[in-house]
Amino acid sequence: MSSLLKKYLMALTGFVMVGFVFVHMLGNLQMFNGPDAINEYAHFLQTLPKGVFWGFRITLLASLIIHVWMAILLVKENKAARPEDYSVNTSVQASLASRTMGISGSFLLFFIIFHIFHFTVRSIFPEYQSEAFYTALDGETVYNVYKMVVAGFSKTWVSVVYVVCMAFLCAHLAHAVSSMFQSLGLRNRTWKVRLDRFAVLYGWVIFLGFIAVPIGVLTHVIKPESSFTGTPAEALVINTNLSQ
Amino acid sequence: MKLHLKIWRQNSATEKGAFERYTLSDVSADASFLEMLDILNEQLIAENKDPVAFDHDCREGICGMCSLTINGVPHGPERATTACQLHMRHFKDGETIVIEPWRAKPFPVTKDLVVDRTPFDSVMQAGGFVSVRTGASPEANATPVPKPIAEYAMDAAACIGCGACVAACKNASAMLFVGAKVSHLNSLPQGKPEKDRRVVAMVEAMDSAGFGNCRNYAECEAVCPKEISLDVIAQMNRDYASAKIKQFFAPAES
Repeated sequence: MSSLLKKYLMALTGFVMVGFVFVHMLGNLQMFNGPDAINEYAHFLQTLPKGVFWGFRITLLASLIIHVWMAILLVKENKAARPEDYSVNTSVQASLASRTMGISGSFLLFFIIFHIFHFTVRSIFPEYQSEAFYTALDGETVYNVYKMVVAGFSKTWVSVVYVVCMAFLCAHLAHAVSSMFQSLGLRNRTWKVRLDRFAVLYGWVIFLGFIAVPIGVLTHVIKPESSFTGTPAEALVINTNLSQ
Repeated sequence: MKLHLKIWRQNSATEKGAFERYTLSDVSADASFLEMLDILNEQLIAENKDPVAFDHDCREGICGMCSLTINGVPHGPERATTACQLHMRHFKDGETIVIEPWRAKPFPVTKDLVVDRTPFDSVMQAGGFVSVRTGASPEANATPVPKPIAEYAMDAAACIGCGACVAACKNASAMLFVGAKVSHLNSLPQGKPEKDRRVVAMVEAMDSAGFGNCRNYAECEAVCPKEISLDVIAQMNRDYASAKIKQFFAPAES
């Protein structure tokens, strides 16, 4: 496989994941609209036609696997290309984010694995699979994502690890979002400046959007579900009043 | 000026090298970096020691022979400057200067600060040319070239093949060099007919030489004595993709 083909695959699979994190962040922000909003959104995703649902999952998983696989191949070649390092190792203009893509990427890989077993497979805290984590919504029994997220982030260590990992995501994106265009040849001097700025902005938006939820839980802006008394419909009304 | 030098000494490609320290007193601030090394070598020869081997030719910044990494930066601290055009006034009196060769697997050290840059020649042999008929020179205005394209191709053609891009890259990637050659020839009407074949062949030669891969750090652009921009790497990436797509859908040969 040629060096450039590896770069293209890195950029294209990265592009898929860059788009995914934005949609994921928007979904997470539903937490601020009360239990029904996020539970309904989660239910909508879970009940998408099987083909669409698994299509998304397989595309994302394949992107992740190819991205990591290419990273391993590229890093191996890069290390082999400089067997003896400089005694003075300096950088003239390479950004910190660009120099730490391997570190930030490795943290993100561990985070993604943990995150999937935590909230998707729900095997890290098996109590998330119990009946207590189901709720009624418009006469249907749906999974109570709201309760699970609040329970998850109420553990301070989970929130801290989460925020640190999102900082790595921010750094990774700050280089990646501009770099992927360069790898595909879709950049020039004018667009480099614009895309570099956009990448940093994108990293920060994603970072702040994601960490808003654990911070909201820890500061009780996002209230535990028990504070919503009565039927879920009433809970929504209370929450709407609160936000006014 | 008094200078402390820490210089990489290595007898041959197969032997292990190490740093050695030297002190020079009374170096003129107007001396070039290579003249400073000449003074050191005269001193070493007078002491009956082996002089430091380093590459040089034109000493006016256009031949691409000097290959010194000075305090971790190829060609030293000045932008758009080769080591031969770097003057000692950019250093402080009493400073310790670390001088190393280019470090990359495809560029083995021949001796001390001299490296073998043959893989660049292999890349050029693979496609860094335009196949033309020989004979009388063509009429100058027969092939019009728009001014912006002529300028862009000329900027890419300014590459002197010194290899500082490879030396500066944290992955020892040669993509700025190959990108410059590809962009120069692929942008001009004389080079266009062989555009696809050229980029594929040159990238293949680059890969097989064992260079690393570009990670868009832009260190190469910062140290390039001819200020060649990352645009040429983007063009190489673009041209390679389009060549590969055309190759994939090419009509089958009967």
